[in-house]
Amino acid sequence: MENKKNFNVTFYLLIIPVLLWLVILIVLPHIDLLISSFQVDSDAGGKIFSFEHYMAFFKNKIYWLTFVNTAAYAIGVTILAFIVTFPIAFYLTKVISKKYASFLVLLLLIPLWVGELVTVYGWMIILGDHGVVNQFLIYIGLIDKPLPLLYTNFSMTIGLLYMSMLFMVVPIMSTLESLDDSLIEAASDLGASKWTIFRKIIIPYSMPGITSGAIIVFMLVIGDYVAPDILGGKSSLWFTEQIYNEFLATFNWGEGAAFGFLLLFISSSIIWLTLKLSGQKLERVGS
Amino acid sequence: MNKILEIKNLTKSFKDFTAVKDVNFDVDEGGFFSILGPSGCGKTTLLRMISGFIKESQGEILIKGESMSGIPPEKRPVNIVFQNLALFPMMNVKENIAFGLKRQKINKSEIEERVADMLARVGLEGFEKKKVTELSGGQRQRVAIARSLVMKPSILLLDEPLGALDRKLREHMKIELKLLQKELGTTFIYITHDQSEALVMSDKVAVMNKGRFEQIDTPRNLYKNPKTAFVAGFVGESNRFELKSSDDGLLVTQKGWKLEKPNLDFKTEILYIRPEAFILAPSDNLININRFKVLIKTILFDGSNTKVSAIVTSSGDELLISLPQNARFEDIEEGDEVQVGINYENLKCY
Repeated sequence: MENKKNFNVTFYLLIIPVLLWLVILIVLPHIDLLISSFQVDSDAGGKIFSFEHYMAFFKNKIYWLTFVNTAAYAIGVTILAFIVTFPIAFYLTKVISKKYASFLVLLLLIPLWVGELVTVYGWMIILGDHGVVNQFLIYIGLIDKPLPLLYTNFSMTIGLLYMSMLFMVVPIMSTLESLDDSLIEAASDLGASKWTIFRKIIIPYSMPGITSGAIIVFMLVIGDYVAPDILGGKSSLWFTEQIYNEFLATFNWGEGAAFGFLLLFISSSIIWLTLKLSGQKLERVGS
Repeated sequence: MNKILEIKNLTKSFKDFTAVKDVNFDVDEGGFFSILGPSGCGKTTLLRMISGFIKESQGEILIKGESMSGIPPEKRPVNIVFQNLALFPMMNVKENIAFGLKRQKINKSEIEERVADMLARVGLEGFEKKKVTELSGGQRQRVAIARSLVMKPSILLLDEPLGALDRKLREHMKIELKLLQKELGTTFIYITHDQSEALVMSDKVAVMNKGRFEQIDTPRNLYKNPKTAFVAGFVGESNRFELKSSDDGLLVTQKGWKLEKPNLDFKTEILYIRPEAFILAPSDNLININRFKVLIKTILFDGSNTKVSAIVTSSGDELLISLPQNARFEDIEEGDEVQVGINYENLKCY
């Protein structure tokens, strides 16, 4: 009994800082924002309950179109991230020896140590009018004047892809690692072509990894602010920028909060719907 | 008998060693052919060359008289049952078995029919929708075999498929596999390091050691007349003695035990004697026999397979002797001195 009591005291001592952190810095502000998203100033000067902030999203075309644009780009970047990283993950787990693989994985991780803002500025140096790409193309005589690469949807997509693709590689690698080579051989022995093996064996087997990677990438991209703001052009409206404007440009905190919760709710719904449609289960995704 | 598989001078060298050295053999159509050898002897490499997963360095593989060189695994008329079975975990039993048929663009109703027929043959009716992860070891085994057999291969290759099963189930599957092979008439090539699996099931067994075939024979001949010292030691139990000399038909062990072996026309260093070759208390009128006395040390009771460990009184050599299954020796006890005989022909010298 005495032992158990000691354990309990230690347990609470250890859990209290975490709980304080979560409650004070995350739960309470969220509750506060949630409340203010449902409040408008009344004529009498007080606050009254209202759906007005939420209605503003649906009433103004520019708001929900921005959201649709953002979501579409986020889905696009997620698909691109899968296309770009799957061969990398396959190569690192199935083709080269373990010895080199761990070194190459380390190289993959390096951009993550730098921080998103720095990598975004890196891309500005690469893609700008006087950047590496344009200068090189001019030097070899392919073009006369710089291509408008920066401040476009293209540069924004590159930036988003670059910061998020690592989160696709890692979960896919972990599922591919557990894929026994003999499954591939068995399929080949039963008459399957390389393409069929890829479609019927490798992809279905790594589906849990792909799904969890896709969820992370989608969430990171749809909620990202830096890459769209810095690398995107005037036409690259991102929903997070909309939220930023509500808080800091128009000081409409209620509407900003409402948009924030809409982003959380709608993007979660998109994920839920995708999981439903593809017959995946969230519990299986983590493993 | 038609030769379904002919292997000619097959060699496989890797960077720093040769896994398979100049192997030659034929397999008759409808036969059960086993390749028996210790781990690392090259038997899996040989199997993977037949199935096409690795390319031979030299030599030729002919299936039904056709050369297989340059033909990829998916085009060869052989199917393989993998050591770890390699069932597709994301598919159910039926999808696993139908996988190969679907690749051949066979129409749906025929696939249904052949899968159902195969499931019935391996005794898994009603398991179509089960996940392979929900099956027991023996059931998974049968699914793996069904998945390969449904392709109607000319040859079914089996790479130690019973290795992962527990003893009891293994004994059972051994018999089942043999019956299935008889019934279907498909040629089986079975790879194993377990001599009892090879002896029980096969029509012919090849014993492989260090990349070479030591002997290809029927299980009975392999046991009765091993051609090399390796076969004698690897197949079945044996008493092994290193000899000091073997001049004039007199074998002398290191410890000085003398045994007559007339008409021995070569110099020999190693002697093998099967435990069941010893005759306990031989009658006086037997001829061509060595007679000696042993002291019973311990009795190793194992039902019908009971043996005694004994010491040759004259030299101290240790022997393992099978106890005949009759009441005559039931009261034998530790410490008894017994007269034992051994026929000249049962002294196997190499």
